[in-house]
Formats: sequence, structure tokens, C-alpha cells
Amino acid sequence: MTIELGHFALVLAFAVAVVQGTLPLYGAARRDPVLTGIAPYAAVAQFLLVAFAFATLVQAYLVSDFSVRNVFENSHSSKPFFYKLAGTWGNHEGSLVLWVLILTLFGAGVAVFGRRLPPTFMARVLGMQGLISVGFLSFMLLTSNAFLRLDPAPADGRGLNPILQDPGLALHPPFLYLGYVGFSTAYSFAMAALLEGRVDPSWARWLRPWVLVAWLFLTFGIALGSWWAYYELGWGGWWFWDPVENSSFMPWLVGTALLHSAIVLEKRNALKSWTILLAILTFALSLLGTFLVRSGVLTSVHAFATDPARGVYILLLLLIAVGGSLALFAIRAPAMQGGSLFAPISREGALVLNNLLLSTATATVLLGTLYPLALEALTGAKISVGPPYFNATFVPLMIPLVLAIPIGTMLSWKRGDLPGVLSRLKLAVAASVLVAAAYLALFDWRGVLAAFGYALAAWVILGSLLELAGRIALFRVPLGRSWNRFKGLPRSALGMTTAHVGLGIFLIGVTATTSGQIERILVMKPGETVTLAGYEVTFEGVSERPGPNYIAERGTFSARRDGELVAEIHSERRFYPVEGQTTTEAGIDTTLWRDLYFVIGDKVGEEGGRTVRLYFNPLVVWLWGGLVVMAVGGFVSLSDRRLRVGAPTPAKIRTAPAEA
Amino acid sequence: MRFRKRQRLVLLVVGMLLLSGATALVLASLQDSIAFFATPSELAARQVEPGKTFRIGGLVVEGSVVREADGTVRFAVTDTAEEVPVVYRGLLPDLFREGQGVVALGKLAEDGTFVASEVLAKHDEQYMPREVSDALKEAGYWEDQKEAENAR
Repeated sequence: MTIELGHFALVLAFAVAVVQGTLPLYGAARRDPVLTGIAPYAAVAQFLLVAFAFATLVQAYLVSDFSVRNVFENSHSSKPFFYKLAGTWGNHEGSLVLWVLILTLFGAGVAVFGRRLPPTFMARVLGMQGLISVGFLSFMLLTSNAFLRLDPAPADGRGLNPILQDPGLALHPPFLYLGYVGFSTAYSFAMAALLEGRVDPSWARWLRPWVLVAWLFLTFGIALGSWWAYYELGWGGWWFWDPVENSSFMPWLVGTALLHSAIVLEKRNALKSWTILLAILTFALSLLGTFLVRSGVLTSVHAFATDPARGVYILLLLLIAVGGSLALFAIRAPAMQGGSLFAPISREGALVLNNLLLSTATATVLLGTLYPLALEALTGAKISVGPPYFNATFVPLMIPLVLAIPIGTMLSWKRGDLPGVLSRLKLAVAASVLVAAAYLALFDWRGVLAAFGYALAAWVILGSLLELAGRIALFRVPLGRSWNRFKGLPRSALGMTTAHVGLGIFLIGVTATTSGQIERILVMKPGETVTLAGYEVTFEGVSERPGPNYIAERGTFSARRDGELVAEIHSERRFYPVEGQTTTEAGIDTTLWRDLYFVIGDKVGEEGGRTVRLYFNPLVVWLWGGLVVMAVGGFVSLSDRRLRVGAPTPAKIRTAPAEA
Repeated sequence: MRFRKRQRLVLLVVGMLLLSGATALVLASLQDSIAFFATPSELAARQVEPGKTFRIGGLVVEGSVVREADGTVRFAVTDTAEEVPVVYRGLLPDLFREGQGVVALGKLAEDGTFVASEVLAKHDEQYMPREVSDALKEAGYWEDQKEAENAR
């Protein structure tokens, strides 16, 4: 019975979304306070209804109600509790319910925390959110309904793809969705501003917390996904430029650009139409990602099912959302010309450079992702665009971006003093050169690229810290006064420094892993020892070990350094009888300085020999650590007083994401 | 006003420079980092020069998998019409099995063996690499199997 209630709630939510997407927009045009006043109530009601529907689906998963088709297809009674829960969104239909849940959560968030937004503006924002909901709820109800019954009910379910039965991946979709569905608010704010025909610094200030929330969750979600791919796929890598990865990465890139251009709009009242365009494009790329992943155009772990009707429907939604907003942009944007002026060498100029580089980089990623699809549709030729393409196009564009960070943050608004800034950065320049020279001299004299990578990381970290030191006048005034200045700094400045330092930490991890990874593939017999990057690795043998819903072959390795045991590492191959599949669990020993990453493969020969893949990955945790630091930077920035006080939004805006 | 025009000009120039730089990078790398896909039949029909990276796909021939002591694996890939011998050094994916669909990335050696640097198998029971299913369709096999899977 509950699942029918959930289904009913979803249909009701659709009806509410239709109301929310029409009356407030009409009311805002007619200046009718009654109609615009509906919007916040509708948004909250819609969220409650979708949340209820989602809860009934979760409940069906937890009690393993196999009369629900979706549960039957994606769950099994022997699954551990946590994966029954995560199974709710580990499939096409369920993940869409989560998608809409987060969409309505953001809508309700705007309704609750934006009470002091002008009523017509709020009505327009929520009206747009309502229209997006209409699109996705109808998509769900018509083509991908998770609330259908099976009669008679099967005795047990088909199980969840074992590769998805993993804590990293169970949490990855919610965070990722909080990120890219969160950009729907940026889209709605942009559309509302276009409808109002007014874009000003206070608009940027309203927009900023929502962009920050979406951005920090997306950063975290991407980090989780990358970490999962690292330990679960057993390929020793952390990013594969897979089209599905790219489709979450593109909104991140444009979203990052948006985050920076909104600063210019807020502080200097410039880049108006550009910021609007970025807000539209960010969500457009989120929708494109949803289309690519959900339509089955791409084949990957994410493409749960292929059904042409679904693909066509999302494509239609995408065309309406992007086409409609760009048309509105074309009509209204020319009226918004005329922001403040600035010289090319200035903070604004640096942020424009940031935007240009990030958007160009997005374009190259988009091209690499869509080119194979377009070529196949047009000529039938099947090609794949792999990491070499992205390394050759994306990476060179990121180098000037990183180089510009410390300089840009030190330039003053309007007209900057480049020689002055460079002289303030002397220390960072010297340190970077020193780092590169030390790497070449001590580690690898041919590793020019690696030396450059480390120098770049040192440059951005030291440059950001020097900027902070300059703000608090460190060593120029007594330490106590510096400390007081530090405490008085706006949180957004601290957040910026944190995020940029995070980027530097990430770069260290990337450089080390890319240049220093050591890989050995060989057959090892039990008792055999090989050396890997100074470690003596002994293969102790394989034993069987039962798991909750799988049987594992567990290979044990011991790693010694100078005869002393450093780590005992277990690598497993898990066989899931329900799904009839095997997964690989890499055995990983992580320290701050390196990962030992071992994978066992098939039996070879009669003496218990195994194909094994041994990796030595230096500093690899720094990479995800850096991403987490970046997300933390976003969080710190979100706690800035300015976003709550001064802006016409109530004080609790900061707690919006925490409830999610 | 002149200042505003100059500002716009500078922006435009920087933007164009970046875009043309990116285009140059894209064109240069599209030349040699794109991997075409060939079915075993296509490979037999037209000559692919050794050393060029491309992908092949098909079913692993039953009984063709040989694991050598140094971790090298030899097997053959077929689209039911033609076969290509493949050699791969490394760990095979979990779902690699005889009779199942795989896609391999690599180069042809002088003797016509495909030296794979990467082997991908289907991700789960319901999914077969799309290139493989297309290749099988072209070779006139597949319909039955697809229906059998749907009936499951």
C-alpha cells in the first residue's frame, strides 16, 4: 500500500509543480501579490510530497518488497542493510527520484531562506524551478516510474550490480546530484533576472551562496567518484576521461567560472550578461550530463538501461531548457550592457582570464566527449577519444590558469600594478624555482615535466599564502595585531585562500602520481618475492573468505622494507552468486607518502600462481585531499557574514546545505 | 567611451587567441590520439598499418584463451565471421570470459597479431559493449541472443 501512496504523492507533486511553474510566473508579470505569494508554499509542498514518495521507495527497498518492480530488479534480500538503502538510487528510476528530490530540496531552500528576496523575483525563481520539476516529474511518471508493481510478486530480487555495492559509490550519487542539480538554482536565478530585466550586485550576492553550495558538493562528489574508480576498478588510475566522468566535470568547470565571474558582478557591477550566460550554461551542461548518462547514449557502469523513449524525452527537455533560456538571453541581454570599466591588468581582468580559460577548457572537454557520438551519428565510424586527447588539450589550458592565480588575487580592482604584484611574489617565484631544481637534482634529472608540476604547485600554494600574509600584514606589524587582522578577515577571503591551497595540494598529488607511479604486472607463485620501489613484496597465497553476500578469494601480500614488515595487504576477488559476477577489490596500504596498491587476477599454472598487478603510487592521497580542501574552502566562503547580513536574506542561509 | 571600446577589443583579442590556441591543440591531438574501431571482418577486409592504435571488438573464441607463465594472455576475438589473434599482458577484467564480448585497444604487430594495451569486457550481465553488439549484428549473428536476453 505504501508504494501506491508514494506514487500518488509523486503525481500530486507533479500537479503542484504545474501550479508552481505557471501561476507565480503569470502573477509576477501581472504584479499580482496573491499569485506570486503561492510560490514559496508550492515549493515547500512539492518538496514534502517528493520526500514522502522517496521515503516510501526507500522503505520498499529496506523491507525488500519484491512486488515493487524496481526493487525486484535492483535488490536482493541477502544484501547488507546499507546497500539496500543505497540500492534505492543505484538504478535509473530510483536515481531520478533522488534527482527530483534534490531539485525540490533546493526549491524549498530558496523558499525558506530567501524570504527577504523581492516577492516577484522569488516567484520567478521558484516558477522556473517548478518548470524544471514539471519536466523531470513527467519524465519519471511517463517513462521511468519506480513505483510500479509486479504481480505475482517474485520470491527474491535480481540484486544490485556488485560493482555498485561499495560505500564510496553509494554516497557518490547524492553528493554529485547535490552539486549539479544544485546549479538549477543558478539557472532559475539567471532566468528570473532576465525576466525582471535587472541584474545588479545584489543579484550576484543572492546567487552566490547557492552557487557555492552546488559547487562544493559537486567538488566533493567528483572526488568521491574518482576515489571509487581508483580503488574499485583496479586500474591504479584516478581519472579516465570517461564520457560519464566528463559529463560531471563540465558543469564543475563552468560552475567554477561562474563562481569567479559572480564575484566581479558583486564587487564591481561588471560582466553582467556573461555571468547570466554562465549560470545558464552550467545547468545546461548538468542537463547534458544527465542526458548522456541516463539516455543510454553512452555505455558504462552508469548507463543502467537503454530505452530510446527515455533518451528522446531527456533530449527534448534539454532542448527546451537550453533553447528557451538562450532565446530569452538573446532578447534580454543586450539591454543589460554597461557595467563598470576596468583595465586589462586588474583583478577583474584576471578573473576574466580565469573565465576565458575555464570556458575554453570546457569546450575542449565537450568536443572530446561529443565528437565520437556526432561522428558515429553522421558517418557511422566508431572512434574513441581517450586520455591522450585530453592531456594534450585540457592540461595546457590549465597551466596559465594556475600561473595566474596568485597574481590575480593580488591585483587590485579596476587597475592593477603588475610589477608591484610580481615583486611581492618574489618569494614564491624563488621557492618554485628552488622546488623544481631540487626535484631535478635529487630525484630525476630527466623529469622536467614533473619538476614543472611541483613548481606550479609550490607557486600556487605559496602565492596564495603570501596574499593572505599581505592581508594580515604578517611580520610587518606585531604578531598579535596580525592575529587580530586574521580574525577580522572576511570568511570569503579565507575560503578563497583555502580553495587555492587545495588546488595546489591536488596538483602535488597529480604530479606525483602521474610521474612517479610504478607498475609491475607479473605472475607470482605463493612465497615468491619481488621488489617494487624499494619494498620487498611477498605473495603469501590465496585463501577463501565468505562475505555477507559474496565469496571472496583473498590474496595476501606482505610488504617489507629493509627486512622489516611494513604492511600486510589483502586483495580480493569477490564472487556474487546472486548476480553471477566477480568484482576486484584492490588491496591498498595508504600512507601520507605513498599507496601500495595490489590486485590479484586469474590462476596461472598448477602451483597456485596468480597474475598480479602491483602499483606504487606516490602521494596519491594528496590528490583527493586537495579536492576536499577545495570543497572546505567553498564551505568557509559560504559562512561569510556578507552573504547573510547586508544581503536581504535571513541569517540561516549557511545551514541550508547541512540539512541535505 | 573609447576606453570601453578598447576594453572590449582587448577581451576579444585574448578570447580569440585562446580559442585559436585551443583549436590548434585540439586539431593536433585529434590527429593521433583518436582510436578508430574495427570489427574482425573489417580488419580482414582492409589493411591497417602496424603501429596505428585502434580498437577491435567481438566475442572471445571458446577455447582460445592461453595464459602464459609471465602474465601474458593470448586469445582470439571473433565476430563469428573472422578471427583476430590478440595478445595482452596484464590483468583481464572481471567479466572476461570465453564466449563473451570484449573490446580491446592496441596496435597490430607485424605478424597480424593484435597487441592490446587495454581490454574491456561488458560491465554487467545485461550489458554488452555496444561496438560488439553492432559488430555481431553486421555479421548476421546477435538477434537471437538479444531476444534471449530480453526474455530473461
